[in-house]
Order: sequence, then C-alpha cells, then structure tokens
Amino acid sequence: MSFDEWVLALHVLSAFAYVGGIVLFWILIVAVRQIDTPGETIRMAPIVKVGNVAVAIGGVGTIVLGIYLAFALDSYAIWDGWIIAALVLWAVAGAFGQRTGAAYMRGLSKAKELEEAGQGGSSAELLALNRTSNGVVLHALASASVLLILIDMIFKPGAP
Amino acid sequence: MSVLAIIRPDSWEFPLFLHVLGAMVLVGGLLTGASSLAFARGDVKYLRLGYWSLLAVSLPGWILMRAGGEWIASREGWTKSGVPSPTWLDIGFLLADAGGLILLVSLVLGGFGVYRLRQGKGAGLLKATLVLAVILLAAYVVAVWAMSGKPD
Repeated sequence: MSFDEWVLALHVLSAFAYVGGIVLFWILIVAVRQIDTPGETIRMAPIVKVGNVAVAIGGVGTIVLGIYLAFALDSYAIWDGWIIAALVLWAVAGAFGQRTGAAYMRGLSKAKELEEAGQGGSSAELLALNRTSNGVVLHALASASVLLILIDMIFKPGAP
Repeated sequence: MSVLAIIRPDSWEFPLFLHVLGAMVLVGGLLTGASSLAFARGDVKYLRLGYWSLLAVSLPGWILMRAGGEWIASREGWTKSGVPSPTWLDIGFLLADAGGLILLVSLVLGGFGVYRLRQGKGAGLLKATLVLAVILLAAYVVAVWAMSGKPD
C-alpha cells in the first residue's frame, strides 16, 4: 500500500468513528428519555465520553486527512464543488453537534447538582431536561449533515 | 493506484452507499453496546441498553452492510465461480461473514443473559457478549482498512 492509500484508509476509518459516535448518541438520546434519577443520568457520562472521543477523532481525522487527499491526488482539487460542499457540511455538522452536546449537558449538570444536594430520587425537572426536544432536533440536523457528507463522498457529484 | 482505489463505476454508487451506511450503523451499535456493557457496573438498565444496541442497531446494520457488499460484488461478476476476486474483497467477505457469526453468537449469549437478569443472574453471559463485541469492533477496523486501502 502506498502512503496515499494508507491516508485514504485512515480517512475512511475516521469517518466510521464519526458516524459511529453519532449513532451512539442517537441510542443514548432514546435511552435517556426514560431516565429521571440523578444516579442513572450520571452513569451515562462514561458512555457519552466514548461518543465524544469517537466524534472528536472522526471529526479531526476526516477533515485533516481529507484535505491532504484533495491536494495529493491528481484527479481531485480542493476547489471541486463536491469537496467544497463536504467542507461546508462538515462545519455545519460540527456546529450542530456542539449545540446538541450543550443541550444534553444541562441534564447531566442538573443530575450532579441533585446528587450533591442528596436528592437521589426521581425528578420531573431532570426528566424534562433529559427529554429536551431542542437536543433531538439539533442532533437530527447534525446527523442529516453527516449523511449528506456521506452521500457527497460516495456519489461525488461533478467529479470527473 | 491510489486514484484507482477511490474511483468506481457509477453503477457501484448506490449499493456502495448502502454497504457503507450499514457498516457505519453496525460499528455505531457495537460501540454503544460495548460501552454500555463495559460501564454498566451491574446496572440492569445499562446492561439491557448494551444488549439492545447490538440487537436493534448492529444486526440491521450488518444485514445492510452484507447485502450492499454482495450487490456490488455480483455486479462486478466477482461472485461467479472461477472469477478471481481481489485480496481486499476476500478479507472483507471473510471478516463480514465471520463477524456476522460472532455477532449472532453474542446476541444469543446476551439474550440468555438479559433473560436471566430477572433472576439476578446473567452478568457473566453479558460479559461474554461484551468481549465478543470488542473483538468484532477490532475485526471491523481491519475490514474497513482493507476495503478502503485495498491492499494487493
């Protein structure tokens, strides 16, 4: 395998990490809707961390290695329409992803607050925060952006 | 060679999209399943979440990935007898099929484990499910590397 082929393989692996993280967060979004106690909400934190690491590795890996490939491969150029579209969608997905994280962190912060106050039982306020519809919409928008990147990367509209 | 690895005939695009999407969903389900089982620390809710991530997310992802892969291979004539297939495709098929078998075993073990949780048992079976999910994740990293880097 040439160096460029290695970079391509790592670029695709990064994309898998990114989408894997997004799928993980979808599962947690569904699961957290049933959770109304601080303890169970806090128990989700290490799984969230795994998702955050996957999305971070995936986000950085796809953009850095993707830009390298756009310059390294003769058949593609950084100003190709489908590559510019991917870069824009990557930025949009990142922005939505960050806002999604902030929306769900409110529930986690509230859970920690309740636990520190010694209130370990069910909390309607915590359940409402865990069921944030704002967070669902933002994650759906982030997911749609990433899905469009995948379609763009495979169909390569306008590429020779 | 690197360009050849990326450029494909137009007829591949839709099946490739399904194949890659399925594989990504499979990996996401495995990542969630393994993480939930690993961090559950005996919490039944999280043990169930880990198992259901494998059953309801990874399994459909595997089916989509495998069907998309077969579709591309048959379009290219690689599934016909006597037609030599490239090494990367052999690696992909081997890992996909062996991985599917391991996934089924992990689901059966995990299913018994989840059922036995009602009697306060089953943690050992779910630990075995966790180990298999981690092995699958490692195998699919190799598969993705082989399918995208396409070693000779």
